[in-house]
Amino acid sequence: MPHFMLPDAGEGLTEAEIVAWRVGVGDTVEVNQVIVEIETAKSLVELPSPWSGVVAAILAEPGTTVAVGAPIVEISTGVDQTTAGPEQDGEDASEAREGGPVLVGYGLRGPAEPRARTDQAPPVPASPAPVVRTPHALAKPPIRKLARDLGIDLDTVTPTGPGGIVTREDLLAHVTRAEARTLATYPGDEPWLASGVVSPDGRQTRVPVRSVRKRTAEAMVASAFTAPHVTVFHTVDVTATMRLVDRLRSDPEFSGTRVTPLLIAAKALLLAVKRHPEINASWDEAAREIVYKHYVNLGIAATTPRGLVVPNIKDAHRLGLHDLALALADLTATARAGQTSAADQADGTITVTNVGVFGIDSGTPILNPGEAAILAFGSVARKPWVHKGKIKPRQVTQLSLSFDHRLVDGELGSRVLADVAAVLADPSRGLVWG
Amino acid sequence: MSDDAGGPLSEVGLVQMLTTTGERVPHPDLDLYAAELDADALRAMYRDLVLARRFDREATALQRQGELALFAPAEGQEGAQIGSAHALRPQDHVFPSYREHGVGLVRGVDATQILRLFRGVDHGGWDPTAHGFHLYTLVVGSHTLHATGYAMGLARDGLVGTGRPERDAAVVVYFGDGATAQGDVHEAMVFASVNTAPLVFFCQNNQWAISVPTTRQAVVPIADRAPGLGIPSVRVDGNDVVACYAVTRWALERARSGLGPVFVEALTYRMGAHTTSDDPTRYRDAAEEQRWRERDPIDRLHAHLTASGQLPQVFLDEIETAADALGEKLRTEVRALGRASTSGMFDHVYATEHAQVSADACGRGTR
Repeated sequence: MPHFMLPDAGEGLTEAEIVAWRVGVGDTVEVNQVIVEIETAKSLVELPSPWSGVVAAILAEPGTTVAVGAPIVEISTGVDQTTAGPEQDGEDASEAREGGPVLVGYGLRGPAEPRARTDQAPPVPASPAPVVRTPHALAKPPIRKLARDLGIDLDTVTPTGPGGIVTREDLLAHVTRAEARTLATYPGDEPWLASGVVSPDGRQTRVPVRSVRKRTAEAMVASAFTAPHVTVFHTVDVTATMRLVDRLRSDPEFSGTRVTPLLIAAKALLLAVKRHPEINASWDEAAREIVYKHYVNLGIAATTPRGLVVPNIKDAHRLGLHDLALALADLTATARAGQTSAADQADGTITVTNVGVFGIDSGTPILNPGEAAILAFGSVARKPWVHKGKIKPRQVTQLSLSFDHRLVDGELGSRVLADVAAVLADPSRGLVWG
Repeated sequence: MSDDAGGPLSEVGLVQMLTTTGERVPHPDLDLYAAELDADALRAMYRDLVLARRFDREATALQRQGELALFAPAEGQEGAQIGSAHALRPQDHVFPSYREHGVGLVRGVDATQILRLFRGVDHGGWDPTAHGFHLYTLVVGSHTLHATGYAMGLARDGLVGTGRPERDAAVVVYFGDGATAQGDVHEAMVFASVNTAPLVFFCQNNQWAISVPTTRQAVVPIADRAPGLGIPSVRVDGNDVVACYAVTRWALERARSGLGPVFVEALTYRMGAHTTSDDPTRYRDAAEEQRWRERDPIDRLHAHLTASGQLPQVFLDEIETAADALGEKLRTEVRALGRASTSGMFDHVYATEHAQVSADACGRGTR
């Protein structure tokens, strides 16, 4: 007794919903008599009976969604007949569909779906099964087509486009991550970067070097491989500086400014430069000359959302502590807002990098290109320290100074660092040297 | 129909020789070309109209029964197809799109063979040379270029303008209103025009390019485009089988005699879906369909022949029997077509053996 299988009434449809039966069990039907109305993803369609006979059984109730190829009705014809459309020839059915349907009037589709993709939906069961409908993802037609070509369910893609639409980038990123997830051999090895291209084996993500990162790399390579770096270190008791910071913070003169240990360190460096102006210089390879600057453009290394930038405070040597505090706050705010300009970073003469904010003791900083020295200011922490003959908990930090040995000898570099330390150990030094 | 005289659906200048009620109206220029349409000829047309419609409905049902992957119904357009096809001579060659089932049947193509493509068995089961009827082209508009090239070839072979009716040949290319928005069609018209190709561009304007109406494809009648490219054009009532015959015959005789291409715009209506994959109720209303149903080409010829007592019941019974037989034949033979063998795809890539194709065939395995 033949079963009528649900046909693909569209092109490449996989399922349809039974809307209404026009016949009941026991009814006599003629060839091509409409027996059931179905709704596909595209349209309402009436299905005609392939045979004349008597309806023996209805196998799918109205409202259920049925997979293409599943039996929906049994018709007693009195003759042994079977229906076997082009889509239902058993093992060959999947291969018959391999190339995907061509919609008449729409032209050819893109490449066929890859067969080995593992994140595809499982095969539709060959029996009537209710399907849960989810809200549809938003995407423009070319992206929908691309998703179809790639075998990706758009609903699984995280949208980032305006109005929550899935963009081409979203889709491609989803594909590479999905592929990488499939390939990852150990839990946690999946890619964690939102951008970049995941390697075919899923174990690496490659991100193009752009903008700030690119400039930083070029500057650091240029500096590290042209200027022979020497770094000297000095550990110093900055308890007096920390007390000064506290006092200044409550000083009405400094209201509206931000007083930090870095401010005092910057001032200490300016005082050291004043005593040893040869440190404030640069090496001109082309002219084979050393350029000594009569001004100090004090660079401050700053971490920003876009990466490392080194803006400088122009003519910092002219600024009193109050104005220096304002300039430092202004520079920091501009950098954090990502608005540091090229001019802000140009023509620096010497730099301070505050590695202490990361809780780090010290480091061997690389010179900002065109400068001869850079001071690293470490973290300030209470440590046991010999003070007035006794071990006392004191606020201690470590300073390091990298310098260009082409024009700065160990003696000069050491004296500069010692002077910075001296001011931080006893800020009243500043009165003597200011 | 729109009353807008300047619009693409304008009926101004439309050739009509059989009114919607079946009344034969004279035409000063074209009566000459309809002179041979005696009662037998009209009955032959009527028979073809009915069989074409039965073919259409049967194929649509077979698709709904899962026997065809797809079908592009032509119901409503039989007048344009049967009328124009009857104007062809055996030596003429037709380039159809994918909806010219009526033309194919008139050209003697076996009905089952037409459905091989739609079942996905192969690209078409007939010999284009034997029937003067090319294989279907699913790519919209591209075959107008093939047809132009073929027509230019006829001229170079000396098969045009010799004055020998049994020898001179021409080409008809069928396409739709939607295709006229394609670059290919315009390129074909330019080439056909400057090369004086013996080619009839037969546009069945069925009002809908899938879901896009003609009014969104053109702001002037589609036929009005052709004169700008140097091709005379004519608009004909596409549901008037007599007018379609006469106009096409005029155009073909002109082309065969070496006077170059003609553009025919036949105003008709696709009563069904674009293909079985779409749902016309989503983009057009029932009232529009009803207006066109009243202009049905079969009803019109039926009324004309009945009024003059030329449609005896015995003839109608004979057609009915033939149509039933056609339906039975299609249901049986289409199911027996089986499905395509995978290796078959390599068989007709090149006319002669080709190393790469042979290698692909081997790598693919034989079945």
